[in-house]
Amino acid sequence: MFNDRSPIYQQIADGIKNDILSGSLREDEQVMSTNQYAAFYRINPATAAKGFAQLVDEGVLYKKRGIGMFVSPDAPGKLRAARRERFFAEALEPVLDEAERVGISIDEITHYLGSRR
Amino acid sequence: MIEMRGVTIRYGDTVAVDDVHLTLPTGKIYGLLGRNGSGKTSLLSALASYRRPNRGTVLVDGVEAFENPRVMRGTVFVRDTLDLNDSDRVRTALEVAGWLRPTWDAEYALKLLDIFELDSRKRVSALSRGQRSVVGVVLGLAARAPLTILDESYLGMDAVARTLFYRELLADYLSHPRTVILSTHLIEEVADLFERVVIIDRGRILLHDETDALRGRGVTVTGPADRVTAFAAGHTVLGEQSLGGVRALTLDGRLEPGEIARGEQAGLTFGPLGLQDLFVHLTSQRLEASR
Repeated sequence: MFNDRSPIYQQIADGIKNDILSGSLREDEQVMSTNQYAAFYRINPATAAKGFAQLVDEGVLYKKRGIGMFVSPDAPGKLRAARRERFFAEALEPVLDEAERVGISIDEITHYLGSRR
Repeated sequence: MIEMRGVTIRYGDTVAVDDVHLTLPTGKIYGLLGRNGSGKTSLLSALASYRRPNRGTVLVDGVEAFENPRVMRGTVFVRDTLDLNDSDRVRTALEVAGWLRPTWDAEYALKLLDIFELDSRKRVSALSRGQRSVVGVVLGLAARAPLTILDESYLGMDAVARTLFYRELLADYLSHPRTVILSTHLIEEVADLFERVVIIDRGRILLHDETDALRGRGVTVTGPADRVTAFAAGHTVLGEQSLGGVRALTLDGRLEPGEIARGEQAGLTFGPLGLQDLFVHLTSQRLEASR
């Protein structure tokens, strides 16, 4: 489930953001409590709490006192905008680097993309 | 708060614990990691007030713990020796534990025996290694003691029983939060349960940090020897390997994303370092950043 590449709280936050982007978590939907999350994934509850706290700080989740945590209404839009911004730098640039290493021209890539339309 | 102030434990000329200062906020699950002979059991014996340090003190919530009846009632320390009467049946051993501890939950003890499929009529002397570990775990968890210390007591269990133990420990900690200290060398499989990790090496505390802060802390760099060496300048090198012109170095500390990107541009590859590997590197001889 989790790997050693980055802190688990970071991986928890990223996982929930992905669930929101994919629509499996909806606006104003309640998310698991930190204790439920800890028991389900068998991790320390303090680690889970840190992941959720980060999402609250970023405005992705909001708290209702005594009830739990919910997905912010504007979270999907904000997350999508942020991911779109990072798409060219983080997803496409590595592809272009690899293309250059193996000698695939931009023309060939454009041609390929045209055939996928 | 549990505090060790300048604790030293000696056995004759051998120093097992060397002037340790350690502050452990209560209510967390700690992992104590160390190689065999690093001083784990001695450190835990002092923390549990089973042993008076040769020097220094252990304070629990500000009061000296040694021979303090209130602190002792709230402390359970399970060693792999179990410290039980061999001719007793398991049932009797658990009853005795219940008399000694106000927080003992007899019903939970029976539930645990059921989960681990151990017959309470068995005599302590007739238990297998795995079954002795189960008794240790039951004594540790069902005590529900504010300070619960398990010294490798569950390591005699097979993989299935250990998985059950980790699940029970977490579930019971969630419903009855308390301070739990586990010593282990099976780091990888239990690390996710630890909020903090303490590493002891040759009687000294090498590291005390959030477990999560250690993930992604170490990194391996592989590539042409000269470029790897140039990249490593200024970093702490934990380990190295060479094969032909290829060199692999293990570096301590987090790298900046920009640093990794520059390294990749120069034809270097980067890999994460697992907690187990980080532990192995930190507790074996440190290497100088060299050519």
